[in-house]
Amino acid sequence: MSTKRSQFIISSSAILCLLLSASAAAQSARDYVYIVGSSTVYPFATIVAERFGRGSEFKTPKIESTGSGGGLKLFCDGVGVDFPDVANSSRAIKQSEVDSCARNGVTEIIEVKIGYDGIVFANALQSTPLTLSRRDIFLALAKQVPENADGLLIDNPFVTWADVNPALPATKIEVLGPPPTSGTRDAFVELVMEGGCKTVPWIKALKNSDSNSYKAICHTIREDGAFVEAGENDNLIVQKLQANPSAFGIFGFSFLDQNKEKVKGAEIDGVAPTFDAIADGDYPVSRPLFFYVKKAHVDVIPGLRGFLREFTSERAWGEEGYLADRGLIPMPDNERAVVASNVRELKPLSLASH
Amino acid sequence: MGAKRTRERTTLQKVEAGLKRRRRKELIFKLSGEIATGVGILFLVLFFAILLNKGSSAFQQTYLQLDIEFSAEVIAPGGQLDLQYADFDGIVRAALQKELPEISGRSERRELYRLASVGAAYQVHDVIAENPGLLGTTQSIWVPASADVDMLVKGNIDAAVDEALRTLSDQQIDWINRLDEAGRLDLKFNSALFSNGDSREPELAGIKGAMMGSFFMLAVTIALSFPIGVAAAIYLEEFAPRNSWSDLVEVNINNLAAVPSIVFGLLGLAVFINWMALPRSAPLVGGLVLTLLTLPVIIIASRAAIKAVPPSIRQAALGLGASKTQVVFHHVLPLAMPGMLTGAIIGMSRALGESAPLLMIGMIAFVVDVPGSFTDPSTALPVQIYLWADSPERAFAERTSAAIIVLLAFLLLMNLAAVIIRRRMERKW
Repeated sequence: MSTKRSQFIISSSAILCLLLSASAAAQSARDYVYIVGSSTVYPFATIVAERFGRGSEFKTPKIESTGSGGGLKLFCDGVGVDFPDVANSSRAIKQSEVDSCARNGVTEIIEVKIGYDGIVFANALQSTPLTLSRRDIFLALAKQVPENADGLLIDNPFVTWADVNPALPATKIEVLGPPPTSGTRDAFVELVMEGGCKTVPWIKALKNSDSNSYKAICHTIREDGAFVEAGENDNLIVQKLQANPSAFGIFGFSFLDQNKEKVKGAEIDGVAPTFDAIADGDYPVSRPLFFYVKKAHVDVIPGLRGFLREFTSERAWGEEGYLADRGLIPMPDNERAVVASNVRELKPLSLASH
Repeated sequence: MGAKRTRERTTLQKVEAGLKRRRRKELIFKLSGEIATGVGILFLVLFFAILLNKGSSAFQQTYLQLDIEFSAEVIAPGGQLDLQYADFDGIVRAALQKELPEISGRSERRELYRLASVGAAYQVHDVIAENPGLLGTTQSIWVPASADVDMLVKGNIDAAVDEALRTLSDQQIDWINRLDEAGRLDLKFNSALFSNGDSREPELAGIKGAMMGSFFMLAVTIALSFPIGVAAAIYLEEFAPRNSWSDLVEVNINNLAAVPSIVFGLLGLAVFINWMALPRSAPLVGGLVLTLLTLPVIIIASRAAIKAVPPSIRQAALGLGASKTQVVFHHVLPLAMPGMLTGAIIGMSRALGESAPLLMIGMIAFVVDVPGSFTDPSTALPVQIYLWADSPERAFAERTSAAIIVLLAFLLLMNLAAVIIRRRMERKW
């Protein structure tokens, strides 16, 4: 029956035509804002996008969760409807990324700081509360620790928290944390590990003389089982902490905020991770969150300007805005005012500042 | 004679001596087989029990009954309906305030307003948009309660623990209890789960967007992989010469069936998105990637089905003067069709459950609008499950399980269809 065979041929060629026409259509227009980037900023950006989509005549922006680095790479690939308009990031853009953007014609980037996120060091609610210093955490988790004052390193010998600091209980060191691909891990290493590392005078001196070995000492986490990479899913870490009262977990403040009756955050350098302490800057482990916008896309992509306005409105990122309800720590009033006016004027990032 | 008899006896004796041992061996083998099956079934039952236990509550949602006043001043200032800028939030708040009139003070009122979902205002908007005649009247409407209220009603928030440790205050719980006593609070079927796209508000989040995305992807996949797979199988079985070249093709097809699915995702990213410049997050690209993934499965199943057609049928047709093509399309293909369809359905159910290759082509995305075409941004069911499992809000946990239940139901239906087709249409020779 040749009709059957010709059906195959017709349907296959129809699909090929569809492919070609689709790629042509995709290049001609896009009527929604396209956002990529950090999984830490994702929960906040999605709320803004949804409220913006429902409250305006524009479509709801599409947000891909790619991680900060992956997002900025896509963002810097070029100008045009095929490329993202906005990149979310849980760290500031790097000079190398600005350069690669510029090579692809993305020259004017608007930086928008949206607030802060705290990183907590938490254990199960029924476990004993701990007060840790960043030095304690560094000594407990570094791959190599200083043996004495004159620059000798040994493989981390500590088994219990009491080995690190006699004032702590003699429970086994067991920490669940994010993998190296995660922005939370980057921030934890930079703020906590390096913060504790710097308290050793000779290592601090290395920072200027030999920054590579300084980084290697401060940023390398032990691999002998005391630190467990628990994947990117913070809900799983919370569940594991409940099952194992002696373990600690590292995750973002919003997860602590939503699971207050299951886990509690340890005091770090004497400050507990509360909303107010992070907002005031007293809690030492907090980081700013950003998103980056292509100036060339504003007023070209429908809804982009409106999305920017929604994100920087008081009802979103203000002290009592809906983002604060979800665990974003707002910036102080004056800082918010400065960023908002930069966004209104579409003031691009000056390269000199990075 | 004598020697033969003794030998016979010894053989019989040998058999009898070994009989017990052989029977015991058989019993042990049978038992261990049964134990293995039993363990498998036990884990399956456990898995379903946990899933149903966690997820079944998500098919219901707490609703609040409010007397909504469709005030003409708010909705139609100057006599003209103004649906876009009217303050529907304010209308919902006023209705809440009317339920508990003694509440005053800014922070207390803010706490009160949190009992209703932000979706309540959208619902009021929809009601008046559908029926403008209600303007100026007061209607009793069931609107979704917020996710925290829902969690309390379902027992996922423990009112007995210390106030500081939960997301609802003592005061809010007291208000909720009073609303409940007044009959203003009720658990109803969670229709939002099946009629909405994704949302960051658990009470508004639904899987319709993901289901449509999966549907469009599978449509592309079946339209491409079935004809290509069947054509390849027919060629390889009926027409291709047997030589080292066809052996190489065969080895490669079997290899492809075992390649980890993420590799197909990488291929899709390189070819369809970077080279052919197709849009990211589109069901079209997802369908193309899944086509690559299911092709080997369909080719292998189709070849097996063609092989099962007895050669006598081909010979009879050839003997009556049919051409090779006529033999294939008039006789072999119709007889092999049930086996091919079964293979295709099993390939499709594998494609429906895949998430890894979709991660590479931008389908882990927040998409609120339900996709309406092959190029609209969309997610797929397994990806939606992945995204919800990673959400901090407590109420997403049960919705994750509910989405898994829906996905499993689809898989079950597809596999059941495969079994039925095989039973109904299979021919024995």
